[in-house]
Amino acid sequence: MPDATGLELLAQELGEAALETVYFREQATIVIDPAEVRAVLRSLREAGYSFLASVHGVDYYPEEPRLGVVYELLDMSRVDRIAVKLRVGMDSPEVDSVTAEWPTADHQEREVFDMFGVVFRDHPDLRRILMPEDYEGHPQRRDFPVGGEPVIFTRDAAEWLEARE
Amino acid sequence: MSPTENPPLSAYRRREQSITLSPLEDPHDGAPGETSDELLTLNFGPHHPATHGVLRLLVTLQGEVVRDIKPIIGYVHTGIEKTAEDKAYWKVIPVVERMDYLSYYFNAMAFCGAVEKLVEVEVPKRGQYLRVIHLELNRIASHLIWLGTSALDLGAVSIFLYCLREREQILDLFEMSSGQRMHTRYFQVGGVIEDIPAGFASKLREFLKVMPERADEYGAILNSNEIVLQRLRGTCPLDAATLLGLGVSGPLLRAAGNPWDLRKADPYCSYEDFDFKIPVGTVGDNYDRFAVRLAEIYESVKIIEQALDGLPEGPHITEDRKVALPPRHELATSMEALIHHFKLVTEGFRVPPGEVYNAIESPRGELGCFVRSDGSSKPARVHMRDPSFVNLQALSHMARGNYIADMVATVAMLDPILGGIDR
Repeated sequence: MPDATGLELLAQELGEAALETVYFREQATIVIDPAEVRAVLRSLREAGYSFLASVHGVDYYPEEPRLGVVYELLDMSRVDRIAVKLRVGMDSPEVDSVTAEWPTADHQEREVFDMFGVVFRDHPDLRRILMPEDYEGHPQRRDFPVGGEPVIFTRDAAEWLEARE
Repeated sequence: MSPTENPPLSAYRRREQSITLSPLEDPHDGAPGETSDELLTLNFGPHHPATHGVLRLLVTLQGEVVRDIKPIIGYVHTGIEKTAEDKAYWKVIPVVERMDYLSYYFNAMAFCGAVEKLVEVEVPKRGQYLRVIHLELNRIASHLIWLGTSALDLGAVSIFLYCLREREQILDLFEMSSGQRMHTRYFQVGGVIEDIPAGFASKLREFLKVMPERADEYGAILNSNEIVLQRLRGTCPLDAATLLGLGVSGPLLRAAGNPWDLRKADPYCSYEDFDFKIPVGTVGDNYDRFAVRLAEIYESVKIIEQALDGLPEGPHITEDRKVALPPRHELATSMEALIHHFKLVTEGFRVPPGEVYNAIESPRGELGCFVRSDGSSKPARVHMRDPSFVNLQALSHMARGNYIADMVATVAMLDPILGGIDR
């Protein structure tokens, strides 16, 4: 982990793109401007963080801007991790996709889209990945209720029987 | 019909005669002929014994050569991450254990480690050593299932039964220490739920004596099997740089020669106390993937031996009563303990607000757990970075341009666990 000073230095290099730094439990996080995500990740890659370990979606309901995307970067030679976080509002939940530079983000961005409804611009194949294609809503959002799921196969069976008659 | 006239050919005979016996061109060299120009899209799975679960692959074939693979997943998505948001922290453990159902101790470890970071609780040394013993036993069990099922895909049937025999011994050990064979809920926030019972150590030593000999036997069976070797050697290699770009970690990355292992690079849970080596491959083909995992079994045995020899005395779980349940005997005498017990069981413990990411080395690679707390007794977000989910993206890069039979071997060597992929 970069220490608190190292984190500040990194954020300084990023300039206006870095909105805030969080140093919590010896883990460094930079909160960035969503529009600058590709530029920020590129400059962090030049600083040595060349492995994108994970992309998480977070819902900060009821705070605004509500949806968050966290990129966990790793520098394998120095064994150093840094998280890059951005927040987008519900009115336009759009972020640039980083799949072109980081092929690993492909499935992970699809998962964030599926679960939270964050749209990744220029993603090569932005479809639902875990939920069925015709599913409505984004189930990991905090205001999405637990339980009460209609059983899709049963409904289909009724339609199918009707059509056969 | 006169006897000199040939009888009219049946459709089958006409088809038979139309086949030329000249050698087929090698599809690897390009220049596909008229017959193999056509592309065929084939549904591989979701219910297919060689997909190791409910994995569906949309395979585009040119003749027998794979041109493209699109994995379609989500068939066993059970919303575990959503369920976790609805449970107190210590009740999340049995839920996340069911993600990657072959490495349940690792799921629990990733989650408990993240919560321990958030509440800043120290795990006693004995608890850490007991965790290492169970983690490494679980690694061996997971690799044994992988070895057995993969060998089954390659046509070696008997080894599956041998592998299950040793796995049975490990499950018996888990049953001794926790009462459960799978999904044991043995790891708790702050340590492990119970100390190992009498007789566990001697039974474990028996197993440690047997396991390397048995692993020798597996190696001997498979390494002298011409069919297995031909299907593994040189098939579907991928270099380390591409693998890193795809986010692949664990044995797949080590097979390509990159010795990245979180147990060594960023030790957690006292792994720095143990002396072990990291097996690496050279070319990153299917054989290297096989050899690296087989070699890891020996290293895990070495780690368990050291942990058992050096098992420190002391508590197995933290003394912090705000996080861990008080021991049973205290409940009868101490009002304080009773209150703590009641609070923990009904509400659970509250966790300071914040976000942490805790990564450990699972049998399949980096298993990360992201936990966000909003200050209540239930997590606001639990996300598992499951290695199978990320590694699956490498499949099309590995198998493209190879025969479909090699793709089956590659899926086997990829070792995807669909419970972890779909969560």
